[in-house]
Amino acid sequence: MNVEIESILELVRGALPDVVISLRKNPGPSGQHSLLVEASSLVDVCRFLRDQLEFDLLSNVTGIDWPEPAKADKVAVDETEGAVSPEEGFLEVVYHLFSTTKRVGPLVLRCRTADRRESARVPSVVSVYRSAEFQEREIFDLFGVNFTGHPDLRRILMWDEFVDHPMRKDYVAPDDYEYEPTPHDAVLEKAKRHYPAQS
Amino acid sequence: MISDPSMFSSAPTLEGSDEDQLLRVSLGPQHPSTHGVFRMNVVLDGETVVSLKPVFGYLHRNHEKIAENATYLSSMPYTDRLDYICPLTNNWAYALSVEKLAGIEMPERAEYMRVILAELTRLINHTAFMGFILGDMGAWGSALMYAFREREKILDLFEDLTGARMMANFMRFGGCRNDLPTGWAEKVSAIVNGYGPFLDEMEKFLVGNEILLSRCQDVGQLPKETLINGGITGPMLRAAGVNYDIRKADPYGIYDRFQFRIPLGEKGDCYDRIMIRFLEMRESLKILRQALDQLPEGDYIHPKAKIRGFKAPVGEAYARIEGPKGELGFHLISDGTTNPYRYRVRPPSFINLTLLEDMCLGLDLADVVIILGSIDIVLGEVDR
Repeated sequence: MNVEIESILELVRGALPDVVISLRKNPGPSGQHSLLVEASSLVDVCRFLRDQLEFDLLSNVTGIDWPEPAKADKVAVDETEGAVSPEEGFLEVVYHLFSTTKRVGPLVLRCRTADRRESARVPSVVSVYRSAEFQEREIFDLFGVNFTGHPDLRRILMWDEFVDHPMRKDYVAPDDYEYEPTPHDAVLEKAKRHYPAQS
Repeated sequence: MISDPSMFSSAPTLEGSDEDQLLRVSLGPQHPSTHGVFRMNVVLDGETVVSLKPVFGYLHRNHEKIAENATYLSSMPYTDRLDYICPLTNNWAYALSVEKLAGIEMPERAEYMRVILAELTRLINHTAFMGFILGDMGAWGSALMYAFREREKILDLFEDLTGARMMANFMRFGGCRNDLPTGWAEKVSAIVNGYGPFLDEMEKFLVGNEILLSRCQDVGQLPKETLINGGITGPMLRAAGVNYDIRKADPYGIYDRFQFRIPLGEKGDCYDRIMIRFLEMRESLKILRQALDQLPEGDYIHPKAKIRGFKAPVGEAYARIEGPKGELGFHLISDGTTNPYRYRVRPPSFINLTLLEDMCLGLDLADVVIILGSIDIVLGEVDR
């Protein structure tokens, strides 16, 4: 059963008046609208949703890379007048909450970083929802979002010595990770980049 | 009998602090109990687990990135390789989320076909699970042989229908790839009718088995609230008595048309987790009988479904199904092109491992093997 997102937004605004939160419409047929929460109040909003509105299951956490910010606002549309997209690209974390008791969901929350630099950060919600522990580590690993307050923020799928974040849109894979005994076609073609220039 | 205690005064002692007497064991990745390539860094005090940190990534191939660089349809065969024990439920979850994203409708017959295939997949998964967990307990081989004997019969059905025993690549957006072959439904009926006696036999061997009871009872239970908070779903959660099955709680497809019950455990220990899967298989048989009875004639795919050159409208969708291992979800974001802008798998095996350390702390090393087995992971899905 889908959630009534407008009434939830009002409840959150009523209980936490200082929170910066806005409704984002989904233009697609799925009808899953979302709430954009400012990073500083994310943990408070999550705690309110868990304790007061019975959203006890944080099922899914998705990381997204938006090098072009205008694209992000086409998927989650801000319908308030005079809304402008941020100038710089950013990373976004999307949370899908469900209630096992009321059997409603998903309630979609989204939170954005300020930029796409190595210092990009979003607060960790592990203190509220334990299920975010590995998923936040995965987003840290693959997207490079630093989750402040995470108890054990390490790479999870890539090896510890790895640098860069492979899920970012501008990630360039190296020529080959492994020694190939009989290199052919595309590999040979790529390897030519390392040959000295022919004079 | 030692009469003079002073002879112990120079007995060798380990130097340093207590910390130095802890034993660090790297359990896996090549180890039969890890169900694939999975590693746990375990710290032991004698036999007791003091700390346990799972290490992932040995099968990592960045499935999500590959799917973002492929069209919607060409990711479909790749979903088979996520949880390779049950490819058809993976197909369904992915097809369902694309259908939600693009607002695609389904013909009646295809809905029934999907339910039949998903419940057969649940039978396969839970049957194979019985073999694996008994292997973890030391009954190495024989239980698995009986389990795989039954699984093989269903895989033969899948081969008749899809051309492949495991890598089915069968669902399409708006239906299924092809219709049921002649006589296929009758073959399913025969297997469904023969499955009850097989379960009876398996249960007779297991329910009161002394080794199973002593290895599994009171091992690995956690409070309900912790499990929900930790994102645990599927049989693991229901074994602890939480009535949460997506087929009932958030019905997808046509599950609201069938009469079946949700088995619930009491304690949530490993024994409950095994027994809950037996009961779920019996409920699956009920659903299969009803679905086969009601199976209508008609299209197996929506006549207007676009297969080649499919583009989804701008937007996002999260759809989930009750997979055999738990909640399997796909989160898709479309920017209007032929490829998804973002493709995210919510893998039940991976998230069910979140509380592995909590379940194992203070228990013996041998219990770790049983607890890991009872979570029922597949590494193709954990590492993606």
